[in-house]
Amino acid sequence: MPAQAAGGATSGEAATSGSAATSGEAADRAGMRVCLWGTRGSIASAGPETIRYGGNTSCVEVEGREGTIVILDAGTGVRRVGDTYRRPRRLDILLTHLHMDHIQGLGFFAPLFESDFEIHIWGPPSPTQDLRTRLSRYLSPPLFPVRLRDVAARLELHDAPLEPFEVGGLVVDADTIIHPGQTLGYRVTDGLATVAYLPDHEPTLGRADLPAESEWTSGLDLARDADLLLHDAQYTAAEYDARVGWGHSRIDDAVRLAARAGARRLVTFHHDPAHDDVELDAMLDDARRLAPDGLEVLPGTEGSTFRL
Amino acid sequence: MAQRDVGLILMRQLASGLAVPVLLVDAAGDLLFFNEAAEVLLGQRFDDVGGMALEPRRRAFAFRDEAGNPLPDDDVPLVVAMRELRPVHRRVWGRALDGVDRLVEITAFPLLGGGGHLIGGVAMFWEPRRK
Repeated sequence: MPAQAAGGATSGEAATSGSAATSGEAADRAGMRVCLWGTRGSIASAGPETIRYGGNTSCVEVEGREGTIVILDAGTGVRRVGDTYRRPRRLDILLTHLHMDHIQGLGFFAPLFESDFEIHIWGPPSPTQDLRTRLSRYLSPPLFPVRLRDVAARLELHDAPLEPFEVGGLVVDADTIIHPGQTLGYRVTDGLATVAYLPDHEPTLGRADLPAESEWTSGLDLARDADLLLHDAQYTAAEYDARVGWGHSRIDDAVRLAARAGARRLVTFHHDPAHDDVELDAMLDDARRLAPDGLEVLPGTEGSTFRL
Repeated sequence: MAQRDVGLILMRQLASGLAVPVLLVDAAGDLLFFNEAAEVLLGQRFDDVGGMALEPRRRAFAFRDEAGNPLPDDDVPLVVAMRELRPVHRRVWGRALDGVDRLVEITAFPLLGGGGHLIGGVAMFWEPRRK
């Protein structure tokens, strides 16, 4: 089972291990649970040098007080979380966008192949193709042996509405954010606590800094006053200069956005596959020095669990 | 104030980096931004004007056709573009914020967000080449 953070603080440094066998089944109903199953960006990067932060790509599990499960993105991390659901149930997967590092795990998500699971996949809207058509580009030969239409689960696909919608007892806000292609960020709340998830986001595209006006700042409403903000922190400032337009954040911009939004905790996310644990620790230290009082910066380590 | 649609954010950012005069409105027609190049044709700096709701904007700008006849609001290129969801190009006389009449060509087009819904409109201004 992923290391669990007491009182909402991170267990971040704990290495991922174990079976995670009880996820979604023995939830502590005291609060919303947020578990990081994949925090790497771009491509999976398992190895001894990434063991603490993890090598799986984007996947976060959110469990509401009533047991509702929402899975944010289906990167390679979704394979492990899929193995934890023992009983038939409804599962909702919210995709931020359809880049491979956010959908690659779908074909290995065990509940998709069980007939007694009801699975709803939500993704960014498109003016030209429905979500099934777009996902089928990957989940069909020659890229994948099984077609999406052949999975056993009761599967429903939805364009995520750009207005609040309910999943179980959770309210989800989706909004478009700056990243190449149609990309969403999500905000999930149970009315008492809020987690915001913007794994791929370049809020300072074409600018030297965040816009002065909040209304012109991408992602700000999603992140506003979040108890936990999972945000793209892929690059150092020096690296970003050579990667403008690639759709990702400098870690210091992530700190500034979190501070502007009034988020209480920022979890660094979408780690560059070229960054090992030592480099990520150094980036985290720099980010913590930038953070104002009242903003806690935590490492996005695979296996961390937060209670909100 | 609520955050703008990311399409508007990106359009404003693009416009701010262009030498082509550009004016940006939201889906309701409220003026959101015009860039530095447009300030010359509109007669004031954006920082001095700021955003402007639809009705004050309509009162602030007056248009005539090439023959000098007043142009009804419904025939203004940006209004047509957003109403009919198509690009519009037209040469008109425009009286802007400084009260000066200028002959300009306007290219206007609607902005549709990622989901295909109208999020705003853009007008680009061109000064006709003198012969």
